[in-house]
Amino acid sequence: MVVGKSESFTATLQEAPLIEPGHSYASMTEKISDIVLTKPHPRSWAIVFLTGLSLLMLMLYAVLYLFIRGIGIWGINVPVGWGFAIINLVWWIGIGHAGTLISAILLLLHQDWRTSINRFAEAMTLFAVACAGLFPILHTGRPWLVYYLIPYPDTLGLWPQFRSPLVWDVFAISTYASVSLLFWYVGLLPDLATMRDRAKNRFARVIYGLFALGWRGSARHWHRHQVASLLLAGLATPLVVSVHTVVSWDFAMSIIPGWHATIFPPYFVAGAIYAGFAMVMTLVIPIRHWYGLQDFITIRHIENMAKITLATGLIVCYGYLMEAFMAWYSANPYEQFMMHNRQFGPYAPVYWTLIFCNGVVIQALWFKKVRTNVKILFGISLIVGVGMWLERYIIVVTSLHRDFLPSSWGMYAGTFWDYATFLGSIGLFLTLLMLFVRFVPMISGFELRELWWKLNRSAKDEASDKAAA
Amino acid sequence: MAQVFHRSLNSISRFGIVGGAILAAGVALGLAAAYRSSLVTQVNISRAQPVPFSHKHHVNGLGLDCRYCHTSVESSPFAGIPPTQICMNCHSQIWSDSPMLEPVRKSFRTGEPLHWTRINDVPDFVYFNHSIHVHKGIGCETCHGRVDRMPLTWKANPLYMKWCLACHRAPEEYVRPREEVFTMGWKPAEDQDLLGARLVKEYHIQKLTHCSVCHR
Repeated sequence: MVVGKSESFTATLQEAPLIEPGHSYASMTEKISDIVLTKPHPRSWAIVFLTGLSLLMLMLYAVLYLFIRGIGIWGINVPVGWGFAIINLVWWIGIGHAGTLISAILLLLHQDWRTSINRFAEAMTLFAVACAGLFPILHTGRPWLVYYLIPYPDTLGLWPQFRSPLVWDVFAISTYASVSLLFWYVGLLPDLATMRDRAKNRFARVIYGLFALGWRGSARHWHRHQVASLLLAGLATPLVVSVHTVVSWDFAMSIIPGWHATIFPPYFVAGAIYAGFAMVMTLVIPIRHWYGLQDFITIRHIENMAKITLATGLIVCYGYLMEAFMAWYSANPYEQFMMHNRQFGPYAPVYWTLIFCNGVVIQALWFKKVRTNVKILFGISLIVGVGMWLERYIIVVTSLHRDFLPSSWGMYAGTFWDYATFLGSIGLFLTLLMLFVRFVPMISGFELRELWWKLNRSAKDEASDKAAA
Repeated sequence: MAQVFHRSLNSISRFGIVGGAILAAGVALGLAAAYRSSLVTQVNISRAQPVPFSHKHHVNGLGLDCRYCHTSVESSPFAGIPPTQICMNCHSQIWSDSPMLEPVRKSFRTGEPLHWTRINDVPDFVYFNHSIHVHKGIGCETCHGRVDRMPLTWKANPLYMKWCLACHRAPEEYVRPREEVFTMGWKPAEDQDLLGARLVKEYHIQKLTHCSVCHR
């Protein structure tokens, strides 16, 4: 996109506004709902949708072959029993975290700038969790028996192993998915009602009407809606921290060198938010351009996200440093060997690429010129996405491929089917996201109107205060 | 602007939400109950056989020992289905012209075994061994029920894993003296708690509950 003259000008002099001036309630509502209801969709939408759909078909093909042949078609074997499936699970679930942080924590902290991006980020969370959830199910090898993971009164007399973090994962991720879905849906209700009221087509009115659950916008509705949103925000807030903590325990609870570290939970949570914000930027920057949403998702939103990416990225870098430091400080030969092997062993190029992506590139975000240049930001956010995937690759593979016993050492590489499934999950994500953009208002209209009221009221209040003085 | 929905939809959707939840719970409970019922497990349901063989008559009436027919129960995983020749040991002499036993005689003449309908069958992914159970003091009756009261044979237990584990987790509740293994209707002369604990020790019975005991 082209950064307008006024946009870069305000950015350099003062903080950019949250909503560009010149809007009214009506114009904002119209702009948001017209994207879904009346405006033709840009060609870029169709291209991304079709690309996503094709990749999704590739995944269906890969999964079908997996069901026929079993997980032997993947690159995993002794000693690397965890491969792409776990890497992708951690990567996707991490990406989801930004959405929850934006929707829950920033709501509780009264951060006004969350308003234009929360709907979009929450949708991203849902789709990322959907992609993440697929991988452990496929990795079981017998996906039709996946209900064994859930404690239910069975005729086997079996119960999940509650001492295993893998079972905690099941609860963490399913809780996360349900709370995220609920939060997103409750937030959608008033806007679905708006869509129902504005839709010309009878079919669309019925569909939106059914999903709006009879929302009429009475004071009581709004009151209950607000209470429900706050409660759900309260429920979702601990999940921002807990879900990825539990995911990190999959590693940290084991005794494998490189995994058995107490820094893992905070380091994973920071990495999740870091990857998530990068993903929000990756998606928001082009979409805001396609649909001309620069008025609502202003350069200030983008810059704030860049700042959070930088802050969490630095925590992640600290994690890398501490991993290396603790390996040396522990005086444990296995830990030291692991770290040396990670940095100078067969996977060293991957490790240094990861350090370049997550440690070097993001330093550019210190500069305001970079933070307000959407083209560069888009590039950086893609690099961050790659870096975080490589990080999980390094964690999973380098610790496993050099076992305690040199006789069990081996190498790992993904097969065609690993890559097909991974690319396919990106396809699933893009497909769902494009459908979301097509059928659901991607910016929260009622929250935007509320924010507009808040911003304009304070200006008036200031004026009247001055007049009184 | 006209309303999109009729006002009755308010009540319909309220009932729909509550009703849907009740329906889902009902379906889940129904399926769970069906899976535990004789419908699926076949417990207590006798099945037709090529010859209406009565365990009641042979065990209770005549006093045959289990091992007379199930010859390999003490030495092999499989208890053994008797060959026609064992039937003919007696039935060449008694009831030798009964029309009911014609399939047995035919099998004897042609050499083609009788095709019994199997009643107690564990899935192929389960390794089960009769001899070890018999040697550790688990009575026939414990799993197969009062066979001496079955005119036609039926399954006495569902053979679900939970049922296997009930004993594997607490063998002292089920163990009996070795000499009573083939007795039907055996009752412990003393408190089973004391007897069981003593026999578990004496027979070196372990609580084998790890997966590969049965799933090898």
